[in-house]
Amino acid sequence: MKLIIATIKPFKLEDVRQALTDIGIKGMMVTEIKGFGSQSGHTEIYRGAEYAVNFVPKVKLELVVDSAMAEQVVETITQTAKTGKIGDGKIFVLDVEQTIRVRTGETGADAI
Amino acid sequence: MYKSFLKSALVLGLGLGVPSMVFAEQEAHKLVATDTVFILNSLLFLVGGFLVFWMAAGFAMLEAGLVRSKNVTMQLTKNVALFSLACVFYYLIGYNLMYPGDTWSIDGTLSGVFATTVLEPVGVSAEAVADYSYASVGSDFFFQLMFCAATASIVSGTLAERIKLWPFLIFTVVLTAVIYPIQASWKWGGGFLDGMGFLDFAGSTVVHSVGGWAALAGAIILGPRIGKYSKEGRVVPIPGSNLTLATLGTFILWMGWFGFNGGSQLAMGSVGDVADISRIFSNTNAAAAGGAIATLILTQVMYKKPDLTMILNGALAGLVSITAEPLTPSLGAATLIGAVGGVIVVFAVPMLDRMKIDDVVGAIPVHLLSGIWGTIAVVFTNEDASLAVQIQSIIIVGAFVVITSSVMWFLLKATLGIRVEEEDEINGLDMAELGMEAYPEFSRR
Repeated sequence: MKLIIATIKPFKLEDVRQALTDIGIKGMMVTEIKGFGSQSGHTEIYRGAEYAVNFVPKVKLELVVDSAMAEQVVETITQTAKTGKIGDGKIFVLDVEQTIRVRTGETGADAI
Repeated sequence: MYKSFLKSALVLGLGLGVPSMVFAEQEAHKLVATDTVFILNSLLFLVGGFLVFWMAAGFAMLEAGLVRSKNVTMQLTKNVALFSLACVFYYLIGYNLMYPGDTWSIDGTLSGVFATTVLEPVGVSAEAVADYSYASVGSDFFFQLMFCAATASIVSGTLAERIKLWPFLIFTVVLTAVIYPIQASWKWGGGFLDGMGFLDFAGSTVVHSVGGWAALAGAIILGPRIGKYSKEGRVVPIPGSNLTLATLGTFILWMGWFGFNGGSQLAMGSVGDVADISRIFSNTNAAAAGGAIATLILTQVMYKKPDLTMILNGALAGLVSITAEPLTPSLGAATLIGAVGGVIVVFAVPMLDRMKIDDVVGAIPVHLLSGIWGTIAVVFTNEDASLAVQIQSIIIVGAFVVITSSVMWFLLKATLGIRVEEEDEINGLDMAELGMEAYPEFSRR
């Protein structure tokens, strides 16, 4: 099993959710986050004074999938969340030792 | 036209002084009965007065929206408290200080009447009213009181988020009981500025600049909010908590201004007066629109994005600019006079920041600087106005208010202290001074 962590632009969340559902993903966790990468913030003006927005709003997805599906999931997210402009986000893939469903006690791929 | 016919009759107990001007107008038309004139004039004051009363809500919402959420309860508390204190102290001493009639202790400068306001008796008859040819005392008192309270409201926004509650309220008492009424007597009480030919229809100087000067003196003596100016001298923006409320507050003020300027026609008993009031409503509205549009365009051009907080300031600056002369301009001229007020806001807000004068809601550009502009602008459309007299009056009123308020601020600073502790300011005045928050269920991100 793999844990896939993806940070994407917030306006792409709905498209990505739809695309992942279409390839059979049954669940994910979503968090609103702020951060910076190569986009590294920008400046705004309030009442004539410039200020830096150092952290840009992003959405973080976390989903655990069967190892066999990981590549397809990564590809789907990459294609759907891509705008070609700076700040499209990053995807991390990690190994997962175990998964347990709380209600039934099922483990491993059955619990995903 | 000044606002003291009525008072002179009342205070001196003369009963039935009949102003010749109103009388002559009646003779010419013979259309409106004296009873009707009395009723219509009083009605104008009452309707105007409750519109200006509602401006207290406008100030409260505007200020609540432009401070951070940790200071909202405090800002609302100050607004309701300052309004109420103004009501009591204007009754106790202010009204008679402002309208001495013929009883001056220093001629044209200081009223000789130090007494509370007394209204006409219950169910008074036409024969027994203080001024049958004009309006009821109660309507005039109610109307004028609201102007006094508006002056005090101006100060609270500038000094928000760092001033202690009680010293601020003590200042409000002195402002509404003494400082405002004395300088207002110079113009509207028939004092020396009126004698010089100074023109200020509804108070660009007498109300708005006075609030602005007191706020400016306070802002300099109190100092900026922690974190507003960085050690390297950079300006750090501190965004307001709720622009929805700030916009609602601005529209409420805009509405109240129809009473503020329209009511200041001070008479509604003839075709001419009613037509004039209609001009005033239209011009007042046009000036607000002009101010808002000027700031909308300027902030887009200068900053690449329109700044709502400045557009709100711009509409109010337009209103202040037209207040000294809302009657004589054409609609086009009124729009332009208001637009210049908007331009003043866009340039004055960053200028004050460069001087490290921290004005939380922009009251100094809106009320003081646009008030000065509006007072000067009278000369463009009213040929009775003299530029020299307008400028002289601006300086005299400004000097009086800056000196008296500075003395008060320094006295308060030396005795009670005017600024909250550093930790309290950072935690917010709501919890530190009041122990309650405006939005207790919101978490801070």
